[in-house]
Amino acid sequence: MNLTALSEIELQFKLERLLAEYVQCIDDDRLEQWPEFFVDRCVYKILALENAARGMPVAAIFCDSKNMLVDRVVSLRKANIYERHQYRHIVSSTIISGVTTRSAKMRSNYAVYRTRGQGVTELYSAGIYEDRVVVVDDCLLLEEKIVIYDTDRIDTLLVTPL
Amino acid sequence: MTISENISTPDDVWPTSASGFCVPYEVFTDKAYYDREQEAIFRGDAWSFVGLEAELPNSGDYKSTFIGETPVLVTRDNDGNINVMQNRCAHRGALVCRERRGNTRRLQCVYHQWAYDLKGQLRGVPFRAGIAGKGGMPEGFDLTEHGLNRLRSASINGLIFATFSRAVVSLEEFLGPMIIASIQRIFNRPIEILGDQRQYIHGNWKLYAENTRDPYHASLLHLFHTTFGLYRSSQTGECLMDGAHRHSMLYAKASSSNTALEREVFKDVRSYDENFKLADSSVLQGRPDFDDGITLVIMALFPNLVIQQIANTLAVRQSVTDGADGFELVWTHFGYLDDDEEMRNIRIKQSNLIGPAGYVSMEDGEAVEIVQKAVRRDRGAGSYIAMGGGVAEDADHLVTESAIIGFWQHYKSMLGIAP
Repeated sequence: MNLTALSEIELQFKLERLLAEYVQCIDDDRLEQWPEFFVDRCVYKILALENAARGMPVAAIFCDSKNMLVDRVVSLRKANIYERHQYRHIVSSTIISGVTTRSAKMRSNYAVYRTRGQGVTELYSAGIYEDRVVVVDDCLLLEEKIVIYDTDRIDTLLVTPL
Repeated sequence: MTISENISTPDDVWPTSASGFCVPYEVFTDKAYYDREQEAIFRGDAWSFVGLEAELPNSGDYKSTFIGETPVLVTRDNDGNINVMQNRCAHRGALVCRERRGNTRRLQCVYHQWAYDLKGQLRGVPFRAGIAGKGGMPEGFDLTEHGLNRLRSASINGLIFATFSRAVVSLEEFLGPMIIASIQRIFNRPIEILGDQRQYIHGNWKLYAENTRDPYHASLLHLFHTTFGLYRSSQTGECLMDGAHRHSMLYAKASSSNTALEREVFKDVRSYDENFKLADSSVLQGRPDFDDGITLVIMALFPNLVIQQIANTLAVRQSVTDGADGFELVWTHFGYLDDDEEMRNIRIKQSNLIGPAGYVSMEDGEAVEIVQKAVRRDRGAGSYIAMGGGVAEDADHLVTESAIIGFWQHYKSMLGIAP
C-alpha cells in the first residue's frame, strides 16, 4: 500500500476505518486484541492537556513498547481492582497530514462515555487523538498514539485504555 | 406550636471498644462534621500544604489552589518572596484569579477591575474619583484597608504551607523533628516538576487520610506492590508519628524481602501471584535514589498532604475537599534538577505506577468509594481499628493501623470531641 498513491477520499476512508476498528475493539472489551493495532516499538501516551500545554512529560499512562500495552491489559484483567464499567468512544473531525508513501499523521476529537455498575452513563473523557500511522505488510498500524485529555480531573481512576 | 428541625450535629462522644478503636461512620457523611472541619481544621489551627516553590520559579508566577474548600492564591512577588492569600476580591467577593497558574504583574478582579499587587495589596480602583464629578468612592476610602486577606505562610525545603490561624504553633513545631528530617531527606536538592495528575474521588477526604496511614492494606489491596516486592508487609520498615500523632511516616526497604518467608506469609493472598509476569518489565527498573536502602516512603501530613517515594517516583499529593462525599487529589510529580537523562526517563516511565491510572495507586480511589457507598446510611455504627494493638504507638513493623488511630485522636481534639 502506497499512501501517496491513494486518492484523498480513499486515504480518509481507510484511516477513519482504522479509528473505528480501534475504538470498537476497546468498547467491545476485546482488549487482548488492542495491542495488535500497534507496531512493536510504539509509543502510547495518555497525557493531561495541562501537562502537554506546559511541555511536561508526566502521563497517566506511558508505554513505549507493544509489550507494555500487553502488560496494561493483563494487569487490568488480573491485578487491578476497580468497578466494572463500559466505554463508548465517539471519534470525529479527523484531519490527516504529513502523508508519505508509508506513513501519515492524523488528529481527531474523541469523547468517551462511561457506564458504571449502577447503569448511569457519564461523559468520562474528552480530548484529542494524535496518531502516527505506518504501513506494515500492507496493513495500517499505529506507531504512535498520543491521547491528550481535556478532562484532566479523572473521575475515580483510569484503567481501560482510551 | 413550634416546629422542631432535626439538625444533625456531631456527637461529642464516640463509640468505644475494649480492644480497638472505633470511628463512627457519620464522620464520613454528615455535613455537620464537614462544616466543623472546615472551620476547626482548614480555617483553624493547622498548616495546610498549598504548593511547591518549584511551581513558582519566577517573580510574578502564581497558582490558585484550595485549603479545604476555600480558594487561595500563591504568588512569588518582585522581591522573590512567596505570598499566600485568599482568592476573594475585597470589594464584592469575586474570585480574583480564575486560572490555575500563570505569570502576571498584577492580580486584577474581572468584575470591577480592582487591582492588587503580588503581595495582595490593593493598588487600583477604577472610577475611584468618580466620572465628571459624579460618583466615586467616599472620602474615607483607604486602599491600604482593602487588600486581599493574607494568610500566614511558611516554607520548608521548598514546600509551601499556609494557615488562616494567628494562634497555631510555628510550621516547624507543627511538623515536628521526625517529619522535618523526612522532608529534608527527599527534598535534599533542587527539584524539577514533571507534571500534575488530578483525580476526583467520590468519598470523604478522611478515608484517604486513613488509607495513606495504613501499611496493613498496601500488601493486600495492591497486587503490584506485593507480587513485585515494591512493598510487602513483611519487609523491614517502620510506621512512625510526630509527637501529636497528627502526621505519619511509613517506610519500607525492598532489599529486605525474604522470599521463603513471603511464600509462606502470602500463600493464600490474592495480591501475591508468582505467575503474574510482565512482558516488558522496564517499568520496574530503576536506580537507587538514596543510600539508606529505603525504597518506599508514604508521609501523610495533617490535614491535606501526602509526600511519597515509591521506587523512583517522587510526588506530593494534595487533597482538596469538596463536601462530605468527595475530594480532588492533585498529584505533582517531580525529579531532581540534576537528574541525568536516564534517571529522568526512569521517573517518567515509573509514573505508570502512581496517579489515577497507577498500577499501585488506582485501587485507593476504589477503596475509598466502596466505604463511602456502604456507610452512607449508618449513623451510630462505626469501624473497628485494632491491627498492631489498637493504640497510637510507633511500630518497628508494617502490620499496624496505629497511625490511623493517631490521626483520629488528633482530629477529635481539633473538633473538641471527648478523647
